[in-house]
Amino acid sequence: MALGEFAPIVPVGLLAAWACCLLIVDLFVPPNRRGITAGLAAMAIVTALVAVVALAGRQVGSPDSMVVGDGSGAFFQAILLVGALFSVALAFDYIRRTGIERGEYYILLLFSLSGMLLLAIASDLVIVFLGLELLSIPLYVLAGFALPKADSEESALKYFLLGAFSSSFLVFGIALAYGSTGTTNLYGIAHQASSGQADMPLLLVASLMVLVSLAFKVAVVPFHMWTPDVYQGAPTSVVAFMTVGSKVAGFAVLLRVLTGAFPALSPYWSQVAVGIAAVTMVWGNVAAVGQASIKRMLAYSSIAHAGYVFMAIPAAAIPTLQSQAYSAALFYLLAYSLTSLGAWGVVLAVEHAQGGGTGIEDYAGLGARRPLLAAAMTVFMLSLTGVPPTVGFVAKFVLFQTVLDARLTGLALIGVLTTLVAAYYYLRVVVNMYMRSGLPDVRSERWLNLTIGAMAVAVVLLGLLPQPILRAAYQVGIASFLP
Amino acid sequence: MLSSFPILSLVTFTPLVGAVIVLLLPRERSNLIRWFALAVGLVTFGLSLVMLGMFDASNPDLQLVERATWIQVGDWTIEYYLGVDGLSVLLVLLTTLLVPISILSAWRAVEERVKEFMAFFLLLAMGMLGVFLALDLFLFYVLWEFTLVPMYFLIGIWGGSRRMYAAVKFFLYTMAGSILMLLAIIWLGLQAGTFSLPDLIARGGIPAGAQFWLFLAFAAAFAIKVPMWPLHSWLPDAHVEAPTAGSVILAGVLLKMGTYGFVRFNLPLFPQASLQLAPWIAALAVIGILYGAAVSYPQRDVKKLVAYSSVSHLGFVMLGVFALNPEGISGGILQMVNHGLSTGALFLLVGMIYERRHTREMDAFGGLWKVMPLYAALTLVVALSSMGLPGLNGFVGEFTILLGAFGSQALGSPWFAGLAALGVILAAVYILHMFQKLFLGPLDKEENKKLADINWREIAVLVPLVILIFWIGLFPSPFFGLMESSVGKLAATFGAAAVAVR
Repeated sequence: MALGEFAPIVPVGLLAAWACCLLIVDLFVPPNRRGITAGLAAMAIVTALVAVVALAGRQVGSPDSMVVGDGSGAFFQAILLVGALFSVALAFDYIRRTGIERGEYYILLLFSLSGMLLLAIASDLVIVFLGLELLSIPLYVLAGFALPKADSEESALKYFLLGAFSSSFLVFGIALAYGSTGTTNLYGIAHQASSGQADMPLLLVASLMVLVSLAFKVAVVPFHMWTPDVYQGAPTSVVAFMTVGSKVAGFAVLLRVLTGAFPALSPYWSQVAVGIAAVTMVWGNVAAVGQASIKRMLAYSSIAHAGYVFMAIPAAAIPTLQSQAYSAALFYLLAYSLTSLGAWGVVLAVEHAQGGGTGIEDYAGLGARRPLLAAAMTVFMLSLTGVPPTVGFVAKFVLFQTVLDARLTGLALIGVLTTLVAAYYYLRVVVNMYMRSGLPDVRSERWLNLTIGAMAVAVVLLGLLPQPILRAAYQVGIASFLP
Repeated sequence: MLSSFPILSLVTFTPLVGAVIVLLLPRERSNLIRWFALAVGLVTFGLSLVMLGMFDASNPDLQLVERATWIQVGDWTIEYYLGVDGLSVLLVLLTTLLVPISILSAWRAVEERVKEFMAFFLLLAMGMLGVFLALDLFLFYVLWEFTLVPMYFLIGIWGGSRRMYAAVKFFLYTMAGSILMLLAIIWLGLQAGTFSLPDLIARGGIPAGAQFWLFLAFAAAFAIKVPMWPLHSWLPDAHVEAPTAGSVILAGVLLKMGTYGFVRFNLPLFPQASLQLAPWIAALAVIGILYGAAVSYPQRDVKKLVAYSSVSHLGFVMLGVFALNPEGISGGILQMVNHGLSTGALFLLVGMIYERRHTREMDAFGGLWKVMPLYAALTLVVALSSMGLPGLNGFVGEFTILLGAFGSQALGSPWFAGLAALGVILAAVYILHMFQKLFLGPLDKEENKKLADINWREIAVLVPLVILIFWIGLFPSPFFGLMESSVGKLAATFGAAAVAVR
């Protein structure tokens, strides 16, 4: 075993080690200077990002190792790290003014993040399980971070129970896969299956169980029930991190496991994925219409977007389209992460420290009172809808292109028609901001404004000039496949 | 390659630069903002005249082309690709003319948030000009969808009492059609690896079955925008609630994006489907003509009447376009311009009386000729033009359309033209009815006795339109001359397609 095979794990290890050190360092940080912990956590993320970028482009690891360092893994990791960096910026002021500032916040975030990074490069089901738990357990704690608020505790408990439930599916699926093929390595499983040495019915059950457990993580219908409640109760800064992190990591591993380990079963899981994508897009969007709370609305919106990304999975089942589907999913997730982080940033700004300020009607008059903030929110809402010239449009364009290329015209039609429903509820926010009068009490803070501004600029800029990132996503998609 | 002088980019993006500068101007200095926006509008108009000077009417192909790679990923390319030909040149000029006129009309009508109003207005201008000039389907779609956003805000913030409803309805209706078009655009791009319209046309070879569905997907977007009966129900709401300047642009230019879309995309890309579906579209157009006229008559609100009359007038345009012969198409294009001038002017006139009386109910007026003679005279000219009196522009357009429809092989029946001609008579009924209610009869309302006649600014708004109304009515050949060769080239494709169908 060459030393180079350890390279892919470096960013994860770095992050986890730094988080452990930070646990101790935080003891010596004076309670009124928590900014130091936040800064150190941000430095950890930046360091990991540098490591990821430095390693990117180098294809390391072999099919039979536990992790692979390939292009798409690095791309997913980069999205996760950038998202986490801005999540720290969003959290800094929020947890201070809501009185839940403790250094553990950032440390738990780093642990969860290292789990996400691990998922993005996992090539063995055991590592998948490890990464998933490392991702989830800190998030359960973070969801309950606003202790002793009953909402937050309820949210944490719900998240924990359903999370544990979905993990059990994963473990069972892994056990069955091992029973069927005698290996837990993704590519090993595929090899056994293709050489006819696997017990196929057993493997089919295994693949569906893995699919179900990961479907819980990315929150698609019918495994989405927890999302609105958890999003509503958990501290908003945690939710901002969760929408980006667990979704991106979940899809990274979902795509890799399904296309890597179970290509032989693709006729089955691609059918299931088509169904899941269709119901998720419909239900996610329809249910969002009736929401009065912006947190619940964005929760359903995140479900709906998971449905859109899910359309890439059946496309990825077609060998000739695999890399294209990968790139479309990558770009869509990037677009969604940027937009969603920005939108949650605005939600954080409008939310009051004592609770309240999370209704959609609380946005009335924002256009007159804080024109720039309202303009940014408009950009985010348009991007979530998929209206040009925003990155959300380019992402939908690329995604639908893949879906049409895969001859899933019906699915594409459902996709565009549900976009129309989405336009209705996203526009409601805009209507409130500009066309109703009100005096919202809005928070303005340096890091918060910086994050929202950066996201707004990125959303428009990538909408007009997507070429560099889009091309990177394509090259990564092509370069991602091990034999 | 960007050829010599990027005049089309200049025309398109001058309003964008203007909008950005408007946003940087201090909010309190409303007058400065108004003057600046007007100046931007006039500069854009000037630039479009330069474009006209560079335009060669005898050349049927796309001219002043600007082409550069925008996004190139995998095996498909999206280009920044602008060009103009006889089909679009008049619409570009119409847009650049109506923009400064609308800005001038909003001088006193918009007192709140002037800065945002002007910024949105200039952004809208950029989007519309881009729509008429874009030759890459992706670029076209981006600009097409983009026009929704500023218009949505114009209606929603500065509109009447039901503005939120109207704005959301406008947005959703229009988007419903365009997302279907988006799927069709993606499908076309997947087949060819390019989104460039001329390349796609030259490539041809879309099987007839696919043409049918693609035609319908594009038509969904365009027919809602036109709007064709029965997809018109967003229009009266949007028009009635929109501020005057918004209505002028909505009627004058935005609706033309739909009819233009049919001419630019549906006809050349899907010639066989166009031939096949022409009678159906023409039938809807004729229903629209008669329905729009019938619904206009009983309206009590002048603005609503004008709005419904648009459904009728745009029916004529669609009938002409789907006659698929040179007369019909050129009549259709000229009628797009005519409708922009006449209906634009009507909305301006309605806006002027609304600013004075804050009502648009016909019953609140009567005998206005006595107090506002100049206003009444100008209204008469515009009204007569709208109903197609010979010697004014409406007649030329409608006559050419009817001529085309009458002799059209694609339609295959003179009945379309015959029924449509009824619409001309009905137009006379509802427009004269309106005129009579407003201006004739006794001046019996106390509030109307002290109304001031229109001022210099309002005259300046109307005069250019009235001049053009007479010009096109008396001497239309320069206007036909601009489009003749391009229309001839487009119509020629149907000879070939007709053979293929048989």
